[in-house]
Amino acid sequence: MIRAAFTTLLSHWRRHPLQLAGLFLGLALATALWSGVQAINAEARQSYDRAAAVLSQDRLDSLAAGNGQDFDQKVFLDLRHAGWLVSPVLEGRWSHRGVPVRILGVDPFTLPSGSLPDAVTGQDRATDFLSAEGLAFAAPQTVDELTRIGAEGLPPLVAAEGMAPGILFVDIGVAQRLLRAEGQITRLLVAPDQPLRQRPLSEVAPALVRQTPVEQADMGALTGSFHLNLTAFGFLSFAVGLFIVHSAIGLAFEQRRPIFRTLRALGLPLRTLVGLLAAEIMGFALVAGIAGIALGYVIAAGLLPNVAATLRGLYGATVSGGLSLRPEWALAGLGMALAGAGAAAAQSLWRLARMPVLAPAQPRAWTRASARSLGWQTGLAGLLALIALAAALWGEGLVAGFVLLGALLLSAALVLPGALAMALALGERLSKGVIAQWFWADTRQQLPGLSLALMALLLALSANIGVGTMVSSFRLAFTAWLDQRLPSELYVTARTEDEARRLADWLAPRSDALLPIWKIDGTILGRPGEVYGVADHRTYPDHWPMLLGDQTVWQTLARGEGAIVNEQLWRRAGLHLGDPVPLPGGATRPLVGVYADYGNTRGQVIVGVADLVALYPDIDRLRYAIRTDPAKVPALRDAIEDAFRLPQDHMISQQEVKTISLMVFERTFAVTAALNVLTMGVAGFAMFMSLLTLSTMRLPQLAPVWALGLTRGRLARLELLRALLLAALTMVLAVPVGLLLAWVLLAVINVEAFGWRLPMHLFPKDWLWLGALALVAAALAAAWPAWRLSRLAPVHLLKVFADER
Amino acid sequence: MILSLTGVGKAYETGGTRVEVLRGVDLAIGPGETVALTGESGSGKSTLLHLCAGLDRADSGRIEVAGQDLTDAPDPRLSALRRQTVGLVFQQFNLIPSLDVAANLAFQARLAGRHDPDWIAALADRLGLSALMSRYPEQLSGGQQQRVAIGRALAIRPALLLADEPTGNLDEATGDAVMDLMLELGTEAGAGLLMVTHSPRLAARLGRRVHLAGGRLAA
Ligand SMILES: Nc1ncnc2c1ncn2[C@@H]1O[C@H](COP(=O)(O)OP(=O)(O)OP(=O)(O)O)[C@@H](O)[C@H]1O
Ligand SMILES: [Mg+2]
Repeated sequence: MIRAAFTTLLSHWRRHPLQLAGLFLGLALATALWSGVQAINAEARQSYDRAAAVLSQDRLDSLAAGNGQDFDQKVFLDLRHAGWLVSPVLEGRWSHRGVPVRILGVDPFTLPSGSLPDAVTGQDRATDFLSAEGLAFAAPQTVDELTRIGAEGLPPLVAAEGMAPGILFVDIGVAQRLLRAEGQITRLLVAPDQPLRQRPLSEVAPALVRQTPVEQADMGALTGSFHLNLTAFGFLSFAVGLFIVHSAIGLAFEQRRPIFRTLRALGLPLRTLVGLLAAEIMGFALVAGIAGIALGYVIAAGLLPNVAATLRGLYGATVSGGLSLRPEWALAGLGMALAGAGAAAAQSLWRLARMPVLAPAQPRAWTRASARSLGWQTGLAGLLALIALAAALWGEGLVAGFVLLGALLLSAALVLPGALAMALALGERLSKGVIAQWFWADTRQQLPGLSLALMALLLALSANIGVGTMVSSFRLAFTAWLDQRLPSELYVTARTEDEARRLADWLAPRSDALLPIWKIDGTILGRPGEVYGVADHRTYPDHWPMLLGDQTVWQTLARGEGAIVNEQLWRRAGLHLGDPVPLPGGATRPLVGVYADYGNTRGQVIVGVADLVALYPDIDRLRYAIRTDPAKVPALRDAIEDAFRLPQDHMISQQEVKTISLMVFERTFAVTAALNVLTMGVAGFAMFMSLLTLSTMRLPQLAPVWALGLTRGRLARLELLRALLLAALTMVLAVPVGLLLAWVLLAVINVEAFGWRLPMHLFPKDWLWLGALALVAAALAAAWPAWRLSRLAPVHLLKVFADER
Repeated sequence: MILSLTGVGKAYETGGTRVEVLRGVDLAIGPGETVALTGESGSGKSTLLHLCAGLDRADSGRIEVAGQDLTDAPDPRLSALRRQTVGLVFQQFNLIPSLDVAANLAFQARLAGRHDPDWIAALADRLGLSALMSRYPEQLSGGQQQRVAIGRALAIRPALLLADEPTGNLDEATGDAVMDLMLELGTEAGAGLLMVTHSPRLAARLGRRVHLAGGRLAA
């Protein structure tokens, strides 16, 4: 009996292949977008974990200089004598022919046992590591990259599977040679088990501070907001995809009501029927989910290089550009597909379970709006709006920001049918002609069948407007800021202090001004940060506006009587003007100003350059900004190269910095833009599916009008017009929702995620474009059903009057 | 003649087999004439009616409605004919679900550009619909729906009234009442009437009766 019933139920799909395709595609697309984003996140997270796990940095405490600088290895010997079980590490960036790598030098003799990466200990050549020449371990792709550019000067490279890309693991002696840091170390790893008797740290090495793993640069925390953004977008796409699934399942249930009735009348228990239908849906979800995961893999592989570039540019985090298939996210994607299909089918199943055996078999409820459900939806929308308001007023943190975002979008989606119904009723009242009146009334009646697709369209459109406004506002602020921030025409970095001095002397008569750019890295308020020194020169008051404080701050800095900080540090620390700003090493300076610093994830403090040198006497004095006539920059570069044999990559012009910065910026949002387009595509598809399925159910409404003398061609044109009208009305609502969204992104999410708040600008021309795009999408979605209607054989229309329904 | 058919033939093609439903039907109906069309189920009554209304095309023969030849008329001409000249009443699902009774009643007349509010008000009154004008089709009983359909067809003062079992879904008393109204108002307006019915009792009330069998008409 069960088998017969099941084949009967399935026979529906053979007769409605398009519905089946819609269900399948909707599920597959939803799963694809979701799991694609998850794949990217999983890949990135794995890269961070690997990077953190090199040398067990994620587990061991370490000792580092309070000012974040490298220090003399003599301290290491002192500590060993004092009974400390510590092991030196030298770490630094090193670039070879434009390929940057992070060099990690360790001392294998003192390294706490078990803290070497498995990837290294697993190699048979591990012992060679200790030999004079040494070995360099790196991820296979890094080895390939370095081999390709010709890695002379490096020890023999060994590919170690499972190492984080972009890291070169060498003996500390080799690292000191490569980084030109003879006798220097960056930090000391502290073995977990220390002898009972040892002299306190403050006595042996007062300059060092002990850090727990959490305080060390944590890529996960820095990049978390970026991934949260991606996840939010993935979820939005998933939700939009589910709209398709929901409508396809709902339709299939309504159309099969006669079958259900017959099966029940013939003695199939209700529970069996519900079970069979649930099994059918889960079967579909399984198949579509697998297809979606495959598609998601393709999407992720396409997006990952951009994401990797963004993360490198923005956070200096290295993520491998290649995607590996991981069972975790594949399973998670499948889970989402099943859960999504279950959620989409729940309503239909529940309705079926409560349906009396002899409920009228004609498909009915689906297209008919009950005023009650409209009211219920609007009520829920109001509730969600209140939640959004509460999150905006009292919420804190990124999660509250996303709650606000989610509640806002969902509330707008739920308001849509009611708002459209009102607009259509108004249109009906205002229209004069009989066909116009029918058109409005009929559109209103079709609304319930289309509202899910229109909600999806609304979500996609407002996400587009919101994200577009944010990106464009950001771009405006960013380019303006770049112009202020990079007033100098050329930047040079000397190789040694001696060279730097000679360079400065040489440049002084050949430029308008020479501004030192010296900085130290260190921990500021518990997070990695940097301290810069600025010269007392009118370049700064002329170009750098303050968000807080006025242009007299530069004189204050020059006198060594204050510090200015970037916006993100200011927000994070909750500082006020006049508050002491703690500098690495323990000194403080009163806060006199705050400046914008987009694209930087670290806290930054600026003091006068003389002050900086006084605070940190052994600072590297290598870098200078040169003010000169922009037209003279190329000649000056060549002259420097000739006079000092300084390679071109030690000089960078203002123009190049701007180009690179803008490129990083564009790549950052390339992923967002791609997801935006995909979401629009899914929404268009949802609309197409709804129109197509409605077109078959609408014959009873169209047949009488046709019989009374409207040609099929005319009806088809009206159908097209209807889709355009609804899309246009949806667009009208999408603009305010999108702007609200943009505001949330700019004023809440950005502040929480990155620490800066951006001014909002409006781009009405973009809306026009988007509106046109929405209309094209609607026209495309409606074209095929309308064309079919115009060609429909009269017999099908006549059946409406003849069929026993 | 309002309606004249000569040698009309029609066949349906289903799954490779050809079913000849009509094989040479001849019929003529003058103004004010009322004709009952009877025949077994599946004999082709609805098919014939649809051809007369220009809803479908005959395979052979000739159909004229109010002097217009439908044989090769293009789609817009057929549509115009339905708007202007023919009043149609089906067994069910006549009404436009998204419009209320008042709008349904006036719909065809307004399409035809012949909207006469007084006439429609009079019709609504006679059909007993005056109290139901702002209801929607789904809120009406079957008999009420059929009365709206008849009112809508008569609102254009059609030259030809075509009805396919208009009372088939109604109980006898309601059916009779609807029938009375249709005959009374139809003849008042001087329309020719062709009505499909299964009921000999109803057929007897019309002026003439034709029987469809084997694809041909017999008196
Ligand atoms: N669209 C169609 N395709 C194929 N065959 C059809 C189609 N419509 C009707 N037929 C066939 O044509 C014949 C006549 O159908 P029609 O509906 O005209 O009969 P009818 O006399 O109105 O019957 P009833 O009294 O049951 O309404 C029937 O055999 C029917 O099966
Ligand atoms: Mg019939």
